[in-house]
Amino acid sequence: MIHLLTSNWNEFISGFGWTLLSSVLALFFSLIVGSLFAILEVVPNKFLRIIGNIYVEVFRNIPLLVITMFFYLVIPLYVVKINGFTAGTIGLTIYTSAFIAETVRAGINSVDIGQMEAARGQGMTFWQAMRYIVLPQAFKYVIPPLGNQFVNLVKNSSVLAFVAGFDLMYQGNAIASQTFDTVNTYIIVGVFYLIITLPISYYMQHLERKLA
Amino acid sequence: MSSMIEFRDVQKYYGDFHALKDVNLEIDKGETVVLIGPSGSGKSTLARTVNGLETIQEGQLIVNGHDIAEKSTDINRIRRDVGMVFQHFNLYANKDVLENIMLAPRIVLKMNEEENKKQAMALLEQVGLADKAHNMPSQISGGQKQRVAIARALAMKPRCMLFDEPTSALDPEMIDDVLKVIKYVTSQSDMTSLIVTHEMGFAQEVANRVIFMADGQILEDDEKDKFFNHPTNERARQFLSKIIKH
Repeated sequence: MIHLLTSNWNEFISGFGWTLLSSVLALFFSLIVGSLFAILEVVPNKFLRIIGNIYVEVFRNIPLLVITMFFYLVIPLYVVKINGFTAGTIGLTIYTSAFIAETVRAGINSVDIGQMEAARGQGMTFWQAMRYIVLPQAFKYVIPPLGNQFVNLVKNSSVLAFVAGFDLMYQGNAIASQTFDTVNTYIIVGVFYLIITLPISYYMQHLERKLA
Repeated sequence: MSSMIEFRDVQKYYGDFHALKDVNLEIDKGETVVLIGPSGSGKSTLARTVNGLETIQEGQLIVNGHDIAEKSTDINRIRRDVGMVFQHFNLYANKDVLENIMLAPRIVLKMNEEENKKQAMALLEQVGLADKAHNMPSQISGGQKQRVAIARALAMKPRCMLFDEPTSALDPEMIDDVLKVIKYVTSQSDMTSLIVTHEMGFAQEVANRVIFMADGQILEDDEKDKFFNHPTNERARQFLSKIIKH
């Protein structure tokens, strides 16, 4: 196994790097997009609520692979040429953002309605009440499930392998088919994923304890 | 115009449920009006329409000269002048006591920070809780929370106060301190107050007028003494006789 690792070191590390980059980008953007749609789902305006709802329901209920293929194959045909890495990362972002929206919305809803009423009753706008009172409280409820979403995101980034995203899974497939050492290759790939996901799990547990 | 709050033929529905029926009511500036009635009679709903936490479906509701049912009315502007105290306090759970009082003056009134803090401390002093300024709401008792909530409402320098069952969620021994503060607030000559309560003794002490509601309707609207001594409405009479027995 050591030999397999050292002789394919560059491929593994490059795959690890792309996986990490894709995960970080998707995490950043899905958090922003997801939070935005979560808020859309709770605004007083009915039309915006419906938009938020449609977004979440559609992208939460389509397989990640389908969304990713759509960006890899359909978008370049009609809109703009994008490579596998970009298509995969966009697919990952959209898919994850739908789950994050649901998580954040649940967090917002678990804040007592009286908090919003008190803030609005003092003349704050909906957005001020959200920003100063509701969201900071929702954040605490949301941390544990959000941690799960982040871990899922990293694991789901293996979808890049299907669209030539040069990620860890893609490199693993390539190395396995070259060396025929499938067992050791995928064990090494698994360990590399753990290197990213375990610290996230651990850090989330730590945050949860700190905020509790 | 001397009326602070005026309901004109107001109707409120929750779906099919007719929560407020043909409400007509005028509350003058400086008046203290107590609203009583059995639970589910629409008292809280009525109080909550005054600052737009509940919307009305028909009629006019004029608060401080503006019809709040009118689309062009800026509800946030009206809410600055109408303080509200809730049954369950609703202190901002993520802010300490001092911040609870200072937040809205800062972001809604854009009050100068130094003046804001001075005012907040003075208000805390008034309600007897200056030593709790840096406690979180979860660290103080129910009665203390409600006194902070009153201070928070007063920090906006409201012209009118709504008290929605301010003592119903409190342990009996906490009630007096809260009532004392409310009594002080209502005694300010330019303060208009609408109080929903079950505390009859307190109502007798502070009210200028008493309104009795049942089934979403105002059944009796009298000067305090007349209401407690000679209520004309049969249901009001029954209600009073039941309550006074306790």
